[in-house]
Formats: sequence, C-alpha cells, structure tokens
Amino acid sequence: MKRYMMSLTLVMSLLTGCAETPPDSYAIYLLMDTSGTYTQELEKAQSIVNYLLGTLDSGDSIAVARIDSGSFSEKDIIAKAVLDERPSTANQQKRMFKQQLDSYVHGVTGGSRHTDITGGLIQAAEFLNETGAGERYILIFSDLEEDLQSGHVRDFPIELEGIRVVALNVTKLRTDNIDPRDYLNRLKDWEKRVVEGGGYWQVMNDLERLDRLIAER
Amino acid sequence: MLTNALMIWPEQPALSLVVWLSLLILVMYLGRHQSHQLLRTSGRSIHRTMRLCARSLNLWQSSLAERNRAILLAEGEAQSQRIIEREFVRVNGIVARDLSHYPTLHRQISDTVSKIEQDYNSTIEAPPSPPAWLEVVETVAAIPRNGDPAVAKILDKIHDTVSDAHRETMDAYNKNSQQSHKTLSKMQPLWRQAISDLDNVKRNIDGLEERAEVIDQHMQNYERIRAKDDATLQGLTTSSLTQFFISALVLFIAVMGGLINFQLIAMPMSEMVGGTSYIGAMKTSDIAALVIIMVEIAMGLFLLESLRITHLFPIIGSLDDTLRRRMIVITLLILTILATVEASLAYMRDLLALDREALKQSLAGAGVVEANFRWIPSIGQMVMGFILPFALAFVAIPLESFIHSLRTVLGLIGQGVLRALAVVARLIGNAVNYFCKVLIHLYDLIIMVPLSIERLIVRQQDKPVRDSKPEPLALTASDHQGAES
Repeated sequence: MKRYMMSLTLVMSLLTGCAETPPDSYAIYLLMDTSGTYTQELEKAQSIVNYLLGTLDSGDSIAVARIDSGSFSEKDIIAKAVLDERPSTANQQKRMFKQQLDSYVHGVTGGSRHTDITGGLIQAAEFLNETGAGERYILIFSDLEEDLQSGHVRDFPIELEGIRVVALNVTKLRTDNIDPRDYLNRLKDWEKRVVEGGGYWQVMNDLERLDRLIAER
Repeated sequence: MLTNALMIWPEQPALSLVVWLSLLILVMYLGRHQSHQLLRTSGRSIHRTMRLCARSLNLWQSSLAERNRAILLAEGEAQSQRIIEREFVRVNGIVARDLSHYPTLHRQISDTVSKIEQDYNSTIEAPPSPPAWLEVVETVAAIPRNGDPAVAKILDKIHDTVSDAHRETMDAYNKNSQQSHKTLSKMQPLWRQAISDLDNVKRNIDGLEERAEVIDQHMQNYERIRAKDDATLQGLTTSSLTQFFISALVLFIAVMGGLINFQLIAMPMSEMVGGTSYIGAMKTSDIAALVIIMVEIAMGLFLLESLRITHLFPIIGSLDDTLRRRMIVITLLILTILATVEASLAYMRDLLALDREALKQSLAGAGVVEANFRWIPSIGQMVMGFILPFALAFVAIPLESFIHSLRTVLGLIGQGVLRALAVVARLIGNAVNYFCKVLIHLYDLIIMVPLSIERLIVRQQDKPVRDSKPEPLALTASDHQGAES
C-alpha cells in the first residue's frame, strides 16, 4: 500500500511538475514621461500600448506607469494586468486596460515638476522580476533628461539583470539642437547605466518599426 | 624535416633518390615471396569472407522470402476463408429468407392450380343442341302440305315450336358460353399469380446458382493458395502492394482531416484548460485537443471492431453478441458526445475569433463593424466539428489494410536490401581479390630489374639440364603462383 501511495505521489508530482508554465511569457513595463512639454506626446504612448495589447497573449504581463517627480512608488502605476489564461478573459482585461489608460491620458492636465527616470526604472525592474516572465521589457517613453528633486538619491547602480530597456521616441531638447553632443551623451550615459546593471539597451525613435521590438511568436 | 633526413647527400638529391630507390627495390626483391603471399592471402581471405557474407545474406534473404511467402499465403488463405464464409452466410440468408417459405409457396401454387382447375371445370360448355333437332326441323319443314290448311297449320306449328325450342337452347348455350368466358377472364390474375410465384422460385434458384458459382470460384482460388501456386503468390503480392498504396493514401487524407479537426478545437480548448500551461514543450490545450481526436479515433476503431468490419482486435470480434451490441451502442454514444463537444468547441472558436477581431479593431481605434452573414461560417464550423469525428472513426478500415499490407511491403524491402547487400559483398570480395592480384603484378613491375637478372642467371644454370631434358623454363614456386594468379 505504501509503495502504491509513493508511486501515486511520484506520478502526481511529475504531472504537476510538467504542467508548469515554461518561461517564454512576456512582461512589459512602459514608463511615460509626464514632465513639461512631453505630455503632448502621450497620445503616441497610447498607440504604443494599444499595439502591445494586440500582441500580448495569455500569461503575459503589462503595466504602464508615469515618470513623476518621485517615480519609485506604486501609486505611479496607471494600469497593470497579468493576462488570464483564458483568451476571452484576457480580451476583457485588455479592454479594461485600454479604458484605464485612455481615461488617464484624457485626464492629464499639467506635467510634473521633476523627472525621476531612475526611480521609475527601479520600480519597473521590481515589477518585472516579480512576474517571473522569460522576456522582460522596460519601454521608456521620455526625452531621457533626468531632473531630480533636491534630496533624492539616484546615483547608484541599478539592478536590471536580463531586462531589455528600450528608449522610445527620445525627443531632442532645445539644448540638443545647439549642441547635439548633449543628446548623444545622454543616450550614452543611460546605455552605460543599463548595461552595467546587467540589462540590454536599445533606442527606437521610429515608432513604425515597433513590430521589431517583440519577436514574432 | 623528414625530406632533409632522407637526403644522404643534400647537395645531390637525385643521387640520394637513386640510392633510396635501389635500396627499396633490393628490399622488395628480397621480400618478394612474403609480400606475394601476404597480398594473395589477403585477397583470398577477403574474397572468401565476402562470399561467405553474401551467402549468409542470401540465406537470410531466402528465409525472409519464405517467411513473406508464408505470411502472404496465410493472409490470402484467411481472406479467402472470410470471403467463402461470407458467401455461405449469403446463401444461408437466401435459404432462410426465401426457401424457408418454399412450403408456403408450394401450397400457394397448388391452391392456385386447384382453383384454376375448378374454374376450368366450371367453364366446360354445355353441349349445343344436338344435330337431330335440326333434322327434325328440316323434316317437318319438308313434309308436303298437300293443300290441307289444317295439316299445314299443324306442321307450321310444329316447325315453329321446334324452331323456338332450338332458339331457346341456343340462347341458353350462348349465355352459358358468356358465363364461361367471364369465369375464364377471372382466372387471368390467378394465372399471373402462379407465373409470378414461379418466377420467384426461379429467381431464388438462379440466385443460389450464382452464389454457388461465386463460391466455386473462391474455392478454386482457395485451393490454388493451398497449393502454393506461384502465380497466385504473385497475385497476392500485387494485391497487397495495391492495398498498401491505397490505404496509405486514405490514411494521408485522414491525417489531413485530423489536422483540420485539431485546428478547429485547439484554440477554444485553451478556454477550458488554460492557454498558459504546458506539458513539456507543448501547450496543455493542444494536448487536450489531440487527446480528444485520438479518443475519437480509438472509439471509431472499437466501433468498427464491434461491428466486425475490421479485425484488429480479435478479442472484440469474439465477444458474446449481446456484449458486442452493448459495445456498439456505448462507443457510438461516446463518439456522438465527443462530436457534440467538438461542434460546441468549433462554435466557441468562432466566437473567440470574433471577440479578438473586435478587440483589434477597438485597439486600432476603429469602430467595431459587424460582418454580414457571420452565421454561415459559424454553422459551417459546427457541422465540420460534428462530422469530422465520425469521418475519422472510419480510419480503422484503411489502418487495418495498411498494417496488413505493411508486413508484405516491409518483407519485400527487406528482401531487396538483403539481395543488394549480397551483391555488394560479392562485388567487394571479387574487387579486393583482383586488386591484390594487380598489386602483385605491380610489385613485380617495380622489381623487374633484379627479377630479370635472376631469370637470366637461372636460365644460364638450367641450360645444360634443358639440353639433356627438354622442360619448360623452371620458375620458382612463387613465380608459378604469380603466373597462376
């Protein structure tokens, strides 16, 4: 009897072990810059999220957060969802997500005073690591100009192991036009921080090529 | 480096080469006998080994051919037996269905014949008035009146009376004749009935004769198989190959149908078992869909086995009839339930596709457009979902043919491979043997200078002997063997 029970337990454990989700799901965290004039670009971010929602499947995770004066906070997350394993429920979640984002974008009136990109990145990395997804992306929709509030400490290495950080629609500032090296240096600095943190860096200014971002399933 | 080491006089490479060549030729000359032996033995041993291999392969091929022959004959015999049994069952059916009613039919025909006889008897006509009446009338009419009116009146009266009596008799006769004709015309259906019954009997007898002829043909075929006739064996092989290709084609079609079926139910299955769980590298929903299809095929197999259409599982065929009938009902029921499940899944698939399309449109910012006649593909998918499981159930028939014919095909392929290997082994053996002989001659060619010198010397030594005793040029044993080879 004991032997039978052991065999049964072994078979059950094998079956449950086999039925685990393989790590090929996606987790995407979109950081939206809401500072200054960048709020005018939010409609583009909306269309990006819509595109992403169309590509994601059951089991994938998505979150959209704003880059605020102090972004290392969960209250900055505008919408988040882990898509249900049933396709019909996942479709409903996508609709809800879209509604949440639409209402947020329509409700944005003024931009934040400061821009805490690093805080947002740390928050994003934390969220993505918790999902346990195989492919993790942070999409930064910003001009990448960090402007920290006095007293905030962000000059330390960020842990971004295995995360792909993609800077989208990096707009040029007025100063960049005077000296383009500012723009290039800004990109280089962020690349260095991301790579040193164990992540992969990518810049994608042409949103028409967004389909290359997530590989075909 | 090695080249430098081989140079005896580095300044004169040609001289060094000549020295080395001379040494080599000398060594080869000295080791000529051993080298020849080595080459000859190697060639012969490989040749014999290969011949042995070829012989073994031929023996294997023969035993395989014998096995194939036995399988073919056994299958042909079994098939003939089945056909003959089926023919006997048909004969039994005819006897049970038609000839069992033969006593009734016989009674029917007898009754009909009796009725016809009675009717016939009743239609026998009453004899017409005898010719004497006519003579009497004529005689009375011919009696001379002699002018006596009383006599004439009496005679006329007699004549009239006789004429009236004759007319009445004729009228009665005509009436009877008409009655007889009516009775005879009423007999017509009875005749037809009798003819029809007799036709039925003839048809049954003819059917039996045909069956008997067919049975005779099959019996002859069976006897030829039992006699292990080569022409019959050839015919069985051809039939088996034809069966193989036909069943393979049908199986391919069934696989295509199975794929379509899989596509119909795999996606909606994720609504039931989830779309994120995996077993190994496959989605659980895909496996669930595959399992449903496999179960349907298995149910189809059991159904056809229970119906005794296929004979893949003899245990099912030999079950008690009641149990077998129950099995038919159960498998059919399960198949119908699965087909219904598939139909509902196919409908769900359509709904999901619609929902996904609507979501995509709303994400793209466009308004949701309702497509016209959406119900047509929905119903089409549902019907396909319901029909395909039953279609797949019939895969058991080509599968059985495929399995049976596969044995023959594999046997033939095995025979061909073994035969080819035997030929190759023989070729290799011969090639190696001849190659070794060529090497022996090549060897002698390299050392032809010392050999020629040796021959000259031997000829000089043998000259006095040859003068006294005329014998062919004496060669060494190795030369003789070399010449032979």
